[in-house]
Amino acid sequence: MLWTQDYVSRGDFVENKNILEVKNLRTSFFTHVGEVKAIRGVGFHLKEGEAIGIVGESGSGKSVTSMSIMKLIQDPGKIVDGEIIFKEKDLVEFTQKEMQKIRGNEIAMIFQDPMTSLNPVFTIGNQIIEVIRKHKKMSKKEARKKAIEMLTLVGIPSPDKRVDQYPHEFSGGMRQRAMIAMALSCEPSLLIADEPTTALDVTIQAQILELMKNLKNEINTSIILITHDLGVVADVCSRIIVMYGGLIMEEATSEEIFYNPKHPYTKGLLKSIPKIDLGESQRLIPIEGTPPDLLNPPKGCPFAARCSDSMRICKEKQPPYFYTNEEHRAMCWLLHEDAPKTDTKAKGGIAIG
Amino acid sequence: MGRFIAKRFISMLVTLLFVVTITFFLMHAAPGGPFSREKALPAPILKVIEERFNLDKPVYQQYLIYLKDVAKGDLGPSFQRVGWTVNEIIEKTFPVSAKVGGVSVLLVLILGIPIGIVSALKQNKWQDQLAMFFATLGVTIPSFVIGTLIVHIFSTNLRILPSNGLSTWKHYIGPVIALAGFSLSFVARLTRSSMLEVMQQDYIRTARAKGLSEFTVLTKHALKNALIPVISYVGPLVAAILTGSFVVERIFAISGMGKYFVESVGNRDYTVIMGVTVFYAIFLVVMVFVVDILYGLIDPRIKLDR
Repeated sequence: MLWTQDYVSRGDFVENKNILEVKNLRTSFFTHVGEVKAIRGVGFHLKEGEAIGIVGESGSGKSVTSMSIMKLIQDPGKIVDGEIIFKEKDLVEFTQKEMQKIRGNEIAMIFQDPMTSLNPVFTIGNQIIEVIRKHKKMSKKEARKKAIEMLTLVGIPSPDKRVDQYPHEFSGGMRQRAMIAMALSCEPSLLIADEPTTALDVTIQAQILELMKNLKNEINTSIILITHDLGVVADVCSRIIVMYGGLIMEEATSEEIFYNPKHPYTKGLLKSIPKIDLGESQRLIPIEGTPPDLLNPPKGCPFAARCSDSMRICKEKQPPYFYTNEEHRAMCWLLHEDAPKTDTKAKGGIAIG
Repeated sequence: MGRFIAKRFISMLVTLLFVVTITFFLMHAAPGGPFSREKALPAPILKVIEERFNLDKPVYQQYLIYLKDVAKGDLGPSFQRVGWTVNEIIEKTFPVSAKVGGVSVLLVLILGIPIGIVSALKQNKWQDQLAMFFATLGVTIPSFVIGTLIVHIFSTNLRILPSNGLSTWKHYIGPVIALAGFSLSFVARLTRSSMLEVMQQDYIRTARAKGLSEFTVLTKHALKNALIPVISYVGPLVAAILTGSFVVERIFAISGMGKYFVESVGNRDYTVIMGVTVFYAIFLVVMVFVVDILYGLIDPRIKLDR
């Protein structure tokens, strides 16, 4: 077992270049009651053409992470520390003006609620053309053609008519398709999808995920998929990051996360997925307690208060990352060689959402 | 669209009928009449006058006669201003009120909305606090205080502004400020709060994530949505301001419609009261209609035909 204090960039070991590397990111909101430390030192990397998932319950810092990468954290929020290396440049150093050339162009984003994420008073076409014309030198006519092309690509029927319709004339699933069309219209090298399927019903969810998977291969875009639904990421992502209390708790390949989870929190998340082969009498056991108060974050592991296996050290000292293999790390004292061997499989469980 | 206009036209007529009916009977229910004096007129003279103006007939008959005349566009003769018809009075006084009112409405729009936008952008910074300080003053200080202060300070003491009439552009400054003060402040506050609300919406985040400049986000994506409540306020406001304000016209000695209206109420000049009310009501329902059409243009979710 490797013993490393901090997350080390491992880009050198793989053939593909890192498109994004986040190092020790800290983002806080300076409210009138004090500094809310929403992100407390997050580091991860993303390779070209790769799709990773960020999972965690509400308030774990997944959305703040994505908004930090876009540098769209609004007042009173601020990136306090860290680097966001995108294509070998540090976005933290970028001005808002420079970021405007990145947003929508090189890094695009789709959001949770397609019902409210599109402006109700402009046509779908207008909103897609706007982003194309902002970043590409195209005439109105060419941009319109491109917009129709994108709507076709995401599977919207009769796109040449639909392009002139308003968002309220689209169904929820159609709107999310339009959002995806808009996000991909400038062929971004990174797509951040912040809970893209949460607001949709299950059949539409499956369609949207299928679409994203296909488009990923077609356009060769890297994807960060943020969700609280482990079932969603399993399908699309090769690697999964589990966040809690503003920190990355565990990171591993999807397979490792599902079949060999190391962190009690990840294990809890997994137990919350209803399984079809479990009997009817099988219940999902909620975990006691609530997420930590990030105004005064706990000194030790943020999950210690809710963890059924927590030890004295868990509450006193934040654990380092323990690597079980090249691509699998977890922030948990239980992985220390002196820790007692436990099996949390039978205990706990967590309701997420 | 045609069906919508036809439907609205009928409902506007119904509204006007209600206004005419209610005003007419309320007016007649009020004690006193146009020719009741402290020293009563001699009975034969009063009889002749009452016959002349149909005042000897039962009220419901007077009402039917009035309705017939109004339908033809004839608002009748003034009872107090001998030789004047109500149509002539409105024709003469409305343009005067409308000139002052028009400038005031322009001021409300070209100052109120931008001030609101800037305040929203600089929320809680000094620009916002300064603007909202004056806007609060503007909303709370009544126009007769503002008007009187302007006359007192700038006309009487400093002698840099004229105090009566409308002969030069300088004459407009006082009345326009007094007339626009409240609405300007109100529109600024309304625009600010509406902008702040819209800026929280998800589609503003989307617009920012598209790499649009903050200016485009604001003037394209936020403003169009934020203007809806402002328009619903400004529509009826136009009718109210253009038809004149008694207080402002009194202070600055402007012979506009507002002055005549209030005088006519005091005099029980029945036809003038009715005429001005009907005129204002028509103006108001037309402005509300215009607002509805603007809604449809701004927000496609509002379907006019249904």
